[in-house]
Amino acid sequence: MASPQLRLQNLFSQHPDVVTAIFDGSQSPSKSNAKFALENITLTITRGEQIAIIGPSGAGKTTLLHTLALALKPGSGTLSFYETSPWAMSGTERHSLRRQLFLAPQTPPLPARQRVVTTVMAGRLPNWSLATALRNLIKPASPQEAYRALARFHLQDKLYARVDKLSGGERQRCGLARLLLSDAELLLVDEPLSALDPQLAAQTLETLQQEASARTATLICSLHQVDLARSKFTRLIGLREGKIQFDCQQVTDQMIADLYQNAPLKSKHDAYPLPMPHDKLLCD
Amino acid sequence: MNESRLQPVAFNDPAWRSRVVGSLTFIIVLWPVLALTEFKPWLLLDAQSLSATARFVGNFFPPTHDPEFLAMIMTATWQTIAMATAGIVLAMITAIPLTFIVNQQLSISSIGSNHMHRFAYIVRQIVRWKLVLLRSIPELVWALLFVRIIGLGPTAGVFAIALTYSGMLGKVYAEIIESSDPQATKILLENGCSRFQAFFYGTLPNAAPELISYTIYRWECAIRGSVVMGFVGAGGLGQRMDESMKMLAGGEVSTMLMVFVLLVGTADAISHLFRRGLE
Repeated sequence: MASPQLRLQNLFSQHPDVVTAIFDGSQSPSKSNAKFALENITLTITRGEQIAIIGPSGAGKTTLLHTLALALKPGSGTLSFYETSPWAMSGTERHSLRRQLFLAPQTPPLPARQRVVTTVMAGRLPNWSLATALRNLIKPASPQEAYRALARFHLQDKLYARVDKLSGGERQRCGLARLLLSDAELLLVDEPLSALDPQLAAQTLETLQQEASARTATLICSLHQVDLARSKFTRLIGLREGKIQFDCQQVTDQMIADLYQNAPLKSKHDAYPLPMPHDKLLCD
Repeated sequence: MNESRLQPVAFNDPAWRSRVVGSLTFIIVLWPVLALTEFKPWLLLDAQSLSATARFVGNFFPPTHDPEFLAMIMTATWQTIAMATAGIVLAMITAIPLTFIVNQQLSISSIGSNHMHRFAYIVRQIVRWKLVLLRSIPELVWALLFVRIIGLGPTAGVFAIALTYSGMLGKVYAEIIESSDPQATKILLENGCSRFQAFFYGTLPNAAPELISYTIYRWECAIRGSVVMGFVGAGGLGQRMDESMKMLAGGEVSTMLMVFVLLVGTADAISHLFRRGLE
């Protein structure tokens, strides 16, 4: 059997904001060491798998995707990509490895003044020389490709529109059209359906899955739509408070209920929790 | 359990104390500064000052407008504009590469851990200090130096502007880019793009209007700066103004001041035009 695409062993990771806080000096490392966004994650992923990550808000889904995308260095434990550890490589080697990965954040950060065609074509950038990239800014290199990618998300009429003229849902699909133009073999998609209506959500997910199987890429998707995750994905990972609760092909209703039951209301930035209206402070 | 965790915060704004301390410090520091500079604005209004002002300003009317003088002013104005433009273009050519080096948003080595590579950090610091050095020496000093090296004329002014302004442009370009939304650039870098690609596809579309309007503002400053340098022999309107001042020809000075107002107004209009084009 071929070596697995990804292997995670006893991986611990901090929330990206905490890492930044330590770097800025606004938080001491010793204080934040106590808390991990991911705890003891062990996973093996084979190329071509389609995996849904589910779990309550703040469970660490985004942190996991960022860690897999090499956008976040794990605190401890091992992460290996085809049995080699990216964080042991030189910076240049690691950066060229990033071409094989595509991370699509939940709210795609697209420059407001850019046109949709440019934003979508940016999916090609890692394969382009700087000269090609600059030429594409003056005249889009292959608008047909961008058009076809947009058409798969019913956005083809927006080809020459500006990004800030798009609605939230359109922007989200525009970010996914960029994914179609990349040739990555590991697609990490963070809640791709959060701004879409149920019908569009189902279609969008189908397009993503078709694309992934067409290029035998691995698709890892964090989702809040548990029904869709259960009906469309062959492997589900349940994440709660940074730990894997289950990782299997079929989940029961009971497992789902346990995953979401009494989930702590945890804000992503724990710094200044606001008092609740029923607080004694106000009742006195 | 949640409630007990929420309570101690109450409604004390944690930023309140530092704001009060900051404001008080500002006032305490400002007072000796005013004393030290002998800041007594009421001196402007005593009888002697008023009559001196009236004599000086009275000289300005009517502005000189004979054709010969106007033709000479036209040539000098073109010389000033050319000096400022050439200086700014040279400054940009120097500043842009430095900006690329000094900018932290485009750091690939800090992806993931936020710890920049030591070598990258040292290079950034060196370039940062180079920019400080370039802009800490006033253009007037550079102009005096270059007038001595290459002789009287606008070339000295061009070099002086290029050196000082490259430091200013480099610093402010880097700051504009760092204060623009980093996410678009970051995701491109995380998906394997090179620094320059991420800059042109993520950073530039966000920061372009600011960068352009700041550059045009600096061009406007360069026009004023080239006038000052004219006084030390770097040509253009400034040199003419120096001559007119020495001859106490107030009418000529006021014509030239009007040309300045026109120039600055034009720079403002151009900046506005560019910004509207990019909106």
